[in-house]
Amino acid sequence: MLRFYIKGLFRDRSRSLMPVIVVAIGVTLVVLMQCWVTGVLGDMIVFNARFTTGHVKVMSRAYSENTDQQPNDLALLGTGEILQILSSENPGMDWVERIQFGGLVDAPDENGETRSQGPGGGMAVDLLSPGSGEAERLNLEKSLVRGRLIRSPEEIILSDQFATKLEVEPGDPVTLISTTMYGAMSITNFTVCGTLNFGAAALDRGGMIADISSIRMALDMQDATGEILGYLPGGEYDDLQASSISASFNETYSDPEDEFSPLMFSLREQGSMTMILDLVDYFRSIIIGVFLVAMAIVLWNSGLLGGLRRYGEMGLRIAMGEEKGHIYRSLITESVFIGLAGSFVGTAFGLFFASLLTRGIDFGGMMQSSSMIMQGVMKARITPEAYYIGFIPGIFATALGTALAGIGIFKRKTAQLFKELQA
Amino acid sequence: MTHLKHKIQIVIVFTLFYSVLWSQPTGNEILDRIDANMSAETRYVKSKMIIHGPRSSRTVESESWGQGESSFTEYLAPAREKGTKMLKLEDKLWIFSPSTDRTIQISGHMLRQSVMGSDLSYEDMMDDRKLSEVYDAGVVGSETIGEYDCWIVEMNATAEDVAYQMRKLWVDKDRYIPLKEELYAKSGKLLKKNELTNITRHGSRWYPGKMTFKDMLKQGAGTEFIIDEIQFDVEIPEHILSKASLR
Repeated sequence: MLRFYIKGLFRDRSRSLMPVIVVAIGVTLVVLMQCWVTGVLGDMIVFNARFTTGHVKVMSRAYSENTDQQPNDLALLGTGEILQILSSENPGMDWVERIQFGGLVDAPDENGETRSQGPGGGMAVDLLSPGSGEAERLNLEKSLVRGRLIRSPEEIILSDQFATKLEVEPGDPVTLISTTMYGAMSITNFTVCGTLNFGAAALDRGGMIADISSIRMALDMQDATGEILGYLPGGEYDDLQASSISASFNETYSDPEDEFSPLMFSLREQGSMTMILDLVDYFRSIIIGVFLVAMAIVLWNSGLLGGLRRYGEMGLRIAMGEEKGHIYRSLITESVFIGLAGSFVGTAFGLFFASLLTRGIDFGGMMQSSSMIMQGVMKARITPEAYYIGFIPGIFATALGTALAGIGIFKRKTAQLFKELQA
Repeated sequence: MTHLKHKIQIVIVFTLFYSVLWSQPTGNEILDRIDANMSAETRYVKSKMIIHGPRSSRTVESESWGQGESSFTEYLAPAREKGTKMLKLEDKLWIFSPSTDRTIQISGHMLRQSVMGSDLSYEDMMDDRKLSEVYDAGVVGSETIGEYDCWIVEMNATAEDVAYQMRKLWVDKDRYIPLKEELYAKSGKLLKKNELTNITRHGSRWYPGKMTFKDMLKQGAGTEFIIDEIQFDVEIPEHILSKASLR
């Protein structure tokens, strides 16, 4: 019987060609959108992880409650020991220390008096230890606009916009006026070695990057740090693994009674990352849902048209004693084959176009230049899901469209179908 | 006879009522009396600030000279702050840092930043105007603080450039010195509290020996400002209140 249906579809192209094309187009778009959204949002997660959240992050309990204020007075102490524990318990993971700091950046005139100044906020990272991958992780080299990366602790990189506002060039001195972790005033001289593009308005207004050793000196934070970021082996975020590591660490080393005890958070538990990760999942459902409904409507219409054209056939089959229900089921079975054929073709096309987009589209031209936070090139990513995700709307929409069209056709009375046969 | 007795009672009640009213000074009169205690043409202060942070406490020692809206402060301890100097001339503030050999001007909203991590801002430290010049006051009640009977005085700013739009003072009725103070933003949000204790006599004036500030938006147990030595109406050499004193 199945062979009969399939033969019918092949021999009567007008019955199958249009629906297969519609399904193929829909599935192509589903697969392509799935790969694009996974790629772009996935990259966003990767960039956030590199820049702020890590795959896991350790802070003091008190610091974690006020992260927006960069409360270095609540920073973690004894970080050497914490790092040892983290490395020994999680071999293969990368652990890096970061200090967020803020203050007034002052540019002097030739007499050492204030020429220009502005409030700034920055990040201290390990740029000078051999083997530290922080410069690559933060895409510093490519984000540079002028000058070069930090080569000594006395150097600092400012956002290009901030440097322009302060009227300083690479090589010029600036002074950072800040507060130590114990609340004392901290005034430290730096030399601007380069300027960069952060790619986020707030950071470009007053952002800066310094080596962690110099900020430790300036803010009196020896053996202390604001945050310890951990990266899973392979560089890919795995929510289950990150959650398991943070739960295990917190159970052993975090004391809810001690506000300065360390507390680990997985990427999902930080800031807006829960939303972004959920968004990836929601997007997938939305894409499938939207295309399923849209395709079902198109196929419903094409089913109705096809059904009208096949009134003669229906009438004949009824006249020969075939039940309406049987005819209805046979139409739906045909549609499953159409859906399967369309889904195969659509998935193949979708994967082909997605593979072209995995090389990425360079939006750098629109964004002036590459930056630390917003990547210039956006890419699609082909995941195993892309191979089967198109079949869900492909088959369901075809079956649904046929089912709706079938109801429309069989609402007509048998007598009327006979009349149409006679006509 | 009863009628006359009634009249006498009414007269006594009215007399008592008016005498109470007349004996209560107005808010602005209280401000004048506070200014007479707290303000001076010139002043020399040697003090220490004990800053109670969330983890530990620090003590910062300094000496300062003030004249009208100008003042000069030199930090004496701890070692990290020693030699740091601050000069305020009218609405401008400069800080000299010996470790960096830099003179930095602090202006605008930066004046609202904490001084040395304390609960005091540069504005708090530097604003030495008479209260009666920038606030309009009204008495809103009475309360006893410790053994002292106090007027509760509510002050609303009449000048634009004040750090706190509204202030509430608990003023000792005998000595006309505030014992407690609450500082509010324009929105009505409580920003800081200040308790003034160790009130001692300096000639004709009363002055607190210790002020405990608490920035309500900050963690920690507040900042104690303890006056070790204070002199009023002293002669200040001209060079001290000039930029030459910074280096």
